[in-house]
Order: sequence, then structure tokens, then C-alpha cells
Amino acid sequence: MGRCCPGGINLIELQNVTKSYKGRGGSVDAVRDISLQVKPGEIFGIIGHSGAGKSTLIRCMNLLERPTSGRAWFGKTELTALSERQLQAERRKIGMIFQHFNLLASVTVRENIAFPLVLAGKSRKEYAARVDELLALVGLEAHGDKYPSQLSGGQKQRVGIARALAADPQVLLCDEATSALDPQTTNSILSLLMSINEKLGLTIILITHEMQVIRSICDRVAVMDAGRIVEMGAVLDVFLRPTHAVTRQFADELSELESGTPLPRREGSKLVRVHFVGEETYEPVLFEAVKGSAVQCAILQGTVSRMKHTPYGQLLVELSGPERDIDGVITALRSNGLDAEVLS
Amino acid sequence: MMPTDLTYLRSSNGIDWSNIDPAEIWQATQDTMSMLGLSLIFTIILGLIIGVLLYLTSSRQLLYLPVFYSILSFVVNILRSVPFIILMIAVMPLTKEIAGTTIGVAGTIPPLVIGAAPFFGRLVETALREVDRGIIEAAQAMGASKWDIVRRVLLRESRPGLIAAITVTAITLVSYTAMSGVIGGGGLGDLALRYGYQRFQTEVMIVTVILLIILVQILQMLGDWLVRRISHK
Repeated sequence: MGRCCPGGINLIELQNVTKSYKGRGGSVDAVRDISLQVKPGEIFGIIGHSGAGKSTLIRCMNLLERPTSGRAWFGKTELTALSERQLQAERRKIGMIFQHFNLLASVTVRENIAFPLVLAGKSRKEYAARVDELLALVGLEAHGDKYPSQLSGGQKQRVGIARALAADPQVLLCDEATSALDPQTTNSILSLLMSINEKLGLTIILITHEMQVIRSICDRVAVMDAGRIVEMGAVLDVFLRPTHAVTRQFADELSELESGTPLPRREGSKLVRVHFVGEETYEPVLFEAVKGSAVQCAILQGTVSRMKHTPYGQLLVELSGPERDIDGVITALRSNGLDAEVLS
Repeated sequence: MMPTDLTYLRSSNGIDWSNIDPAEIWQATQDTMSMLGLSLIFTIILGLIIGVLLYLTSSRQLLYLPVFYSILSFVVNILRSVPFIILMIAVMPLTKEIAGTTIGVAGTIPPLVIGAAPFFGRLVETALREVDRGIIEAAQAMGASKWDIVRRVLLRESRPGLIAAITVTAITLVSYTAMSGVIGGGGLGDLALRYGYQRFQTEVMIVTVILLIILVQILQMLGDWLVRRISHK
């Protein structure tokens, strides 16, 4: 990878970014030596527990937090090399939404949405049509003249999204955008984000502590723990084959979210986790592998669902019978392209 | 109005409403109003500047300048701790420079502003601190400059707090204008002092005090009404 903005392939790129804060007991690294690249058009998620450094990391992308060391790129522009004024101009191309919406309480929805346009020097006449367009995009046509205090949480976040999109940004940063919302509202905001991503080709980077968010809309994910990225890749790869303890925690959270805690295994059997992805989901592989052998198969926990658009399944099965036959079944599963992991 | 006969002596014992000269009271009320109005305008302008500077330069704010903040904060504290009546006399040379006189309505404006602006400045600082940091951060993320943030976020979002601060300051100024009567400032305070106190015309004192109470009530009600009107929390 070259030094400069690797050929403009990435929209956002961080190179060895570290952010430390000076506290009473010495300095604390909120973000440690993180490098990542986000491509145009993708939805990139960063998940971690609270205090993992997600908020600091996303703020290093538009320099609301200036990295202590390392560099931040936006397209071909190195943000960390810009003056205050140049940075202000670049920030207009980077939209951002927040957990607590951060709307101006003293002005109407319409004026909130127009705020970035006013900053860009547009007059009321010039922005009126654009604001109407944005109100329609987020489904708030009827609420333009209300004040934020008259809206529900979900509506406030829609205003936040409309405001973030007003100046036609190339990327949208979402700081725990759904964490203050109930599950239903979360889903409606997530589908709005996904439709904006698909319709406008807008790149989205989001941070969250909810697996639900990552699973529903993200293409790629980075898992953060104690200021570092411990795993990064396509959402399916990361969560179906987690290698780090924190990732596994989130993966378990997802399967528990969908199917409850697994039943305990009985004596003399083996517990096997089987994954299948995409078209495999429709194949009767497990049935085929057990058929004709002396092995009995019981499903203790199972998920058949979708990550964004890709169907996947994850079964926790108990195989009982002669040990050799069990091994035979596992081999058969693997030779059919499934991921079978013997847990105990 | 100089009392030339013995009715003047009688008035010190009982209430004699004939002592009240409506024309003089009206003149004094007008003087008080113009002192209040003019000093309030200058106090708001100066106090907003002081308050915004205090806010911006305090720790963890947009223009963090610890030395500047300490100095400004110290000066504000000094001006606020000097009793107004002493401040008024102490700044007389400066008043002469600015207003060309130290008496009358014009002569009271500089001491009134010097006395009230630091007070109002502190109230502005407090009102600005009430603005949610998240909103400032959102404005920064949208590419707002510091000046944009002051003008379009801080001063706008804190409007209810600022109006309340202006109300409190206006009422403080009413009592300051009364005190300025001591150095010949004119107005209702002057009237109360000259007739009510020095000549024992209690009825003049009563009327001026009632007028001051009405003025303060009106200011407070106006302020509260404005706050309710522009508050959208």
C-alpha cells in the first residue's frame, strides 16, 4: 500500500492512529495504533463494548478528535495535514449523526436540516427546495415546522440524518445512532440508512455495541477491544468464525438473541457447531451426512437467518453413537463444504 | 419647589399629599427610564462580549486560554465586589472622559455599565455553559467555524437563559439608577433622596418607591413572558 491515499481507492483511511488522553494518573490510550480503510459505497461497522474506544475512533475520521499520532485520510486529502479552515471545508463533505441527535432546540426541524446549508452561505430561497426534498427522503414531510422537542426519538434521528445529508456528503459517520432508540425504531432507522446507502451510494461508517445493527446492515466489521481492532473483515467471516474472545462474545450474543441459550449436552455425545452460508442453507447436508450411519443427531440450538442479504445458518448439534461413526459424520459434513467445529 | 413657608415643617410630621408635584415625578420617571434603557443596551453589548470570552477561554472550551481567562475572570470579580456606590465615585474621572460630564443622565451611564456589565457577563457565561456540548460538536462536524458556533449555536440556543439574565440585570440596574441619585444622576432615586430623605417628605419617598416596584414588576413579567415565548425545550 502506497504512502499517499492509496490511489483514491479508499474513502476513509486511518494509518497507525493513536489517541491518548492525559489523565490524573498519567496518559491513557483510547485508540492504539489503528489502521483501517473504508471503500466507497460500503457500510462499515465498528463494534465494541463501552470504553473500547469506538467513539474516539470515529471522531478521528473527521478530526473532532485529533490523533496524537498517525494520519487520517478522506479520499485524497490528508485531514491531519490541513489547517483549521481547510478542515472545516472538508468536514462539509463528511456527514455525522449522533446517539443523542444533537439538534438545535431553538429552531424548527426545517431550520435544523438547513443548518449545514446556512453554514455554506446559502440563503433561505436557495435551500428551501433542498430541505423539502430531504424531509421527504426521511419521511418527515408533515413535521417541518415543528420544534425538536415535539418529536419522538426516531423522528429526531431522522432529522439528524436529513441534516447530515443536506450538504451532499460522501460519507456518513454514525455515532451509536440507534443506541437511544427502542428496537422497533432502531429497525426503521437501520432500513432508512440501508436505503440511503443503496439509493445514493453513500458510504456509511457506524459504531455500535449492538450486534443487531451490525447484522442487519453492515458489509464489513471491525471488532474493538481496549483501543485496538482485534478482528476485521466481512461480517459473516468475522462472526461465524470468531477468533478473539470479544468477537466470540458478540457472536454468542447474536445466536442467543435469535435462539436462546443452548441446551446442555448429554453424556457420551459430542457437541458440534455447524455453519453454513449462502446457498448451502437450502441443502439438506446435515440430514445426508447422518443418514445411513449409526449416529443420532439432535439440534440443541439453531439459527437460520440472514446477515444483511446473505442467508446463513448456525446449528449446535449433539451427535451420539459410536465415536468412529461420529468422526465419519463430521468428515462428511466438512467434505460437503460446511464448517463443523467440535466444541466438546 | 423650594419650600418657603412653614408647611415644610408640617410635612415632616404627617403625610401631606399636596407635596407631590406630578410634573417632577414624571420627569424623574423619564430620567430613570432613559438611564435604565441606555445603560441596559451598553451593558448587554459589553456583557455579551465579556460572557462569550469567559465561556470560550475557560477550560475545555473552543478557545482555551487559561491565562487570559484568569485575568478576565479576576477583573470581573473585582468589579463585582466593589459596592456600586463606591464604584460610581471611583470611576468619575473615566466618566468625565467618556460622557463629558459626571452628573445628569449622561454622567450615570458609564458607572452603571461598568457596574452591571461584569455581573451580566457572568450570567452570560453561565447561560452559555447550559448549551449541550453535543450540539457544539455537531456544528463542528458540519464544518462550522468558531464564529459560526458563537453566533448560530451558542447565542441562539442560550436565548431563554440570556433573556432571563437580561431581566435580572435590568432589575439590578433599576436599583443602581436609584443609587446614582447620590451623585446627582437624577431620576426617581434622586427624587426620593432629595425630597423624601433630606426634606422629610415621606410621601414623595412612598410614591417613588411604588413607582420603582411597578417598574421592577413590569420588567420581571416581560422577561418571563419572553422566556416562555422563545423557549422550545
